[in-house]
Amino acid sequence: MSDMPLLEMKNINKAFPGVKALDNVSLSITAGEVLALLGENGAGKSTLMKILSGVYTKDSGEILYNGKPFVVKDPKDAQKKGIAIIHQELNLIPELTVGENIFLGREPVNFYKKIKFSEMNAEAEKYLTRLGMDIKPSVKVGSLSVGQAQMVEIAKALSMNARIIIMDEPTDALTDVETENLYSVIRELKAEGRAIVYISHKLSEVFDICDRAAVLRDGTFVTSRAVSDLTEESIIQLMVGRPIHDRYPASGAPGTDVVFEARGLTNHRVKDVSFIVKRGEILGVAGLMGSGRSEVAKSIFGAMPLYSGQIILDGRPLKINHPSSAIDNGISYVSEDRKQLGLILGMSVKENITLPALKKFQNMFRHVSTEKEIQVSEEYINKMSIKTTGPSQKVLNLSGGNQQKVAIGKGLVTAPKVLILDEPTRGVDVGAKKEIYELINDLKKNGIAIILISSEMPEVMGMSDRILVMSGGSVAGELMKEDATQEKIMKLAIENLSRNAG
Amino acid sequence: MKMTFKEFLVKFRPLLGLLLLAVIVSLISPRFLSVGNIMNVLRQTSINAVIAAGMTFVILTGGIDLSVGSILALCGAISAYMIAEDMGVALTLFTTLSLGTLLGIFAGIAITKGKVQPFIATLVSMTLLRGVTLVFTDGKPISTGYDAAADIYSWFGTGYVLGVPVPVLLMIIVFVLSWYVLKHTRFGRYVYAIGGNEEASRLSGVRVSRIKIAVYAISGLTAAIAGITLTARLSSAQPTAGAGYELDAIAAVVLGGTSLAGGIGTVFGTFIGALIIGILNNALNLMNVSSYYQMIAKGAVILIAVLMDRKK
Ligand SMILES: Nc1ncnc2c1ncn2[C@@H]1O[C@H](COP(=O)(O)OP(=O)(O)OP(=O)(O)O)[C@@H](O)[C@H]1O
Ligand SMILES: [Mg+2]
Repeated sequence: MSDMPLLEMKNINKAFPGVKALDNVSLSITAGEVLALLGENGAGKSTLMKILSGVYTKDSGEILYNGKPFVVKDPKDAQKKGIAIIHQELNLIPELTVGENIFLGREPVNFYKKIKFSEMNAEAEKYLTRLGMDIKPSVKVGSLSVGQAQMVEIAKALSMNARIIIMDEPTDALTDVETENLYSVIRELKAEGRAIVYISHKLSEVFDICDRAAVLRDGTFVTSRAVSDLTEESIIQLMVGRPIHDRYPASGAPGTDVVFEARGLTNHRVKDVSFIVKRGEILGVAGLMGSGRSEVAKSIFGAMPLYSGQIILDGRPLKINHPSSAIDNGISYVSEDRKQLGLILGMSVKENITLPALKKFQNMFRHVSTEKEIQVSEEYINKMSIKTTGPSQKVLNLSGGNQQKVAIGKGLVTAPKVLILDEPTRGVDVGAKKEIYELINDLKKNGIAIILISSEMPEVMGMSDRILVMSGGSVAGELMKEDATQEKIMKLAIENLSRNAG
Repeated sequence: MKMTFKEFLVKFRPLLGLLLLAVIVSLISPRFLSVGNIMNVLRQTSINAVIAAGMTFVILTGGIDLSVGSILALCGAISAYMIAEDMGVALTLFTTLSLGTLLGIFAGIAITKGKVQPFIATLVSMTLLRGVTLVFTDGKPISTGYDAAADIYSWFGTGYVLGVPVPVLLMIIVFVLSWYVLKHTRFGRYVYAIGGNEEASRLSGVRVSRIKIAVYAISGLTAAIAGITLTARLSSAQPTAGAGYELDAIAAVVLGGTSLAGGIGTVFGTFIGALIIGILNNALNLMNVSSYYQMIAKGAVILIAVLMDRKK
């Protein structure tokens, strides 16, 4: 590691209408180093990196590359100059193949401008293998899981052979195995002398893979320190400005009467799934990616057809054939994919939050009351500390974590009896996570039955009263909070897989 | 919230374009600003504007309706026939408006339940209904006749209320209602939501198919209204009436700042867009520009507007 930074950003300023996203931020990046870029939701991490990669132009400030002034005109220019970025949100084209996506705009062509597909796919395969991915470059991206698509994004960034690789929450949707594969690639890149900027809200990852951490707070630079000088607690203190105790706040015991029951749910993705949820109980649902957890949720919610099975609420069997009847019956679902399935990005914070419950906002003349909408959405903005210029700001212009909070607000606004949360804290910072957990506990106290699907082991174990483990589309087992250990959950999670494989 | 000058420009660009056009035209042709001529422009605009109002609903959901011109012709022909056959004005209006709505519903069902692309579904009904109209009229105009019923009927095209032509009044009613529905009702919100993200809307409990069928029904209804005013004005229905009107309506919607991808736009913008086209037609007529050059001028204006819109 040389002392001379590879790249320096000096006194960068950037304002959007109504917000100063970056205020005199300086950051230096060294070759052969993994730099963690940390900060709360809306602190300005993505914005800073978008400036470096030519997506946004800075209002003022200076960038030096190898000590010389450095200008990026647009993303293409940044690529050419050795800067690759994996964006927080997926940017792939579903109708194109994996290979076509990886080399989009940089396809190898022959003399007649015909794309050399075999060469392109062979090259793509190289990067996929390097990431330990077992998918063909010729499959369409639309058929991949979110995690696989994320890996394709990473492969794309690798293929650019960049000196500086920016990863904006790359493991957000990855399994542990995929994350491990990413780590080993990062170590190789480091050894090759490349620089990596790593943005994440999973603080353990900072200690797994990063050398130095830079912290932003409210658009200002706080500090940059060697990871060896930091602890999770000290990072939180730097990010939030105060310590956070009890990451998973305790809640009371659940009730005894059964509120919700699923009986023998079966369709093309799930097999004979049955479980109950009691009043005021949090049922955690664990399992690997593709184990059918989200599919069970969607089937209950009427977003996926059921071949057979029954959904029973308060002892009454329900007939649900559309999400609207699920909502009318008091079932609510927060999807794991906020961009595609959760939010209408072009609409405002207020219009998103009220959408599932608009009926409640209209008067006898069918007039939707804007005042009431503003009042309710402000409630959620305060309750979850959503960082926004106001209820009429477009969701598109919020930071990733704040978009996630809006998606959760949408799930609560219908005042459900049963709330299904699918990866609710994806992309949310530590402080806000705790606020969301407290919100969940409040709902629990009010007797709401909660189904919490999560891939974050500490989250399921910390929050649930009982844990259902799914594997290969069916229920592999159930554990009480007291008996649950990471090992037991993992054993159940891979149970059906090994049985099927054997 | 305070708006910056730039935001103001972006938001009111169609309106500013309209004002600019009006100023230029009145400088070239002083006759343009006479009360008579302005009423004239409004009346000429009303047919396209009414169709474009319905088209706005469709385009906001991310769809398109090519069948409006043919629905206009068929509804016009049926209404002229019913008046000529003395079936009564009330029954005629009811039948015609229902028919337009129903034809829209059919297209909507093909699009939602049959999963046919809106472009294709409405291209089919555009062709099919034009054929039906030609068969029904035997390719000849149908006159509404000269009795009392025909007189009452013609009021919808030629009458005045407090000095305002009835078609203009109808246009204003259609736009105020559309504005209210889109801006202040659940249905309107759902229209925008579907255009923004259909799958997320469905998961938010929006009955996407129903809403989509409804927007095509609205588009059919406004085409039928336009068919009635046009037929009433001429006291006869032409089998080829409304050919190409779908493109004028789409142009008005786009000029008004609505995105063809759906989710973004206003019916007020559409009104401005329709006025721009109307004024342009009127000015070129006042200046005695041949209809060949008129098309070139119209194309150029739309091109400029669309190019300006790309630069955000
Ligand atoms: N295109 C935009 N228009 C308006 N405001 C924006 C835009 N992009 C970002 N912002 C605002 O800038 C601030 C910083 O956002 P940024 O996305 O950089 O946060 P972040 O640190 O990446 O947060 P997260 O952890 O939630 O991803 C936020 O207040 C956000 O609302
Ligand atoms: Mg971000």
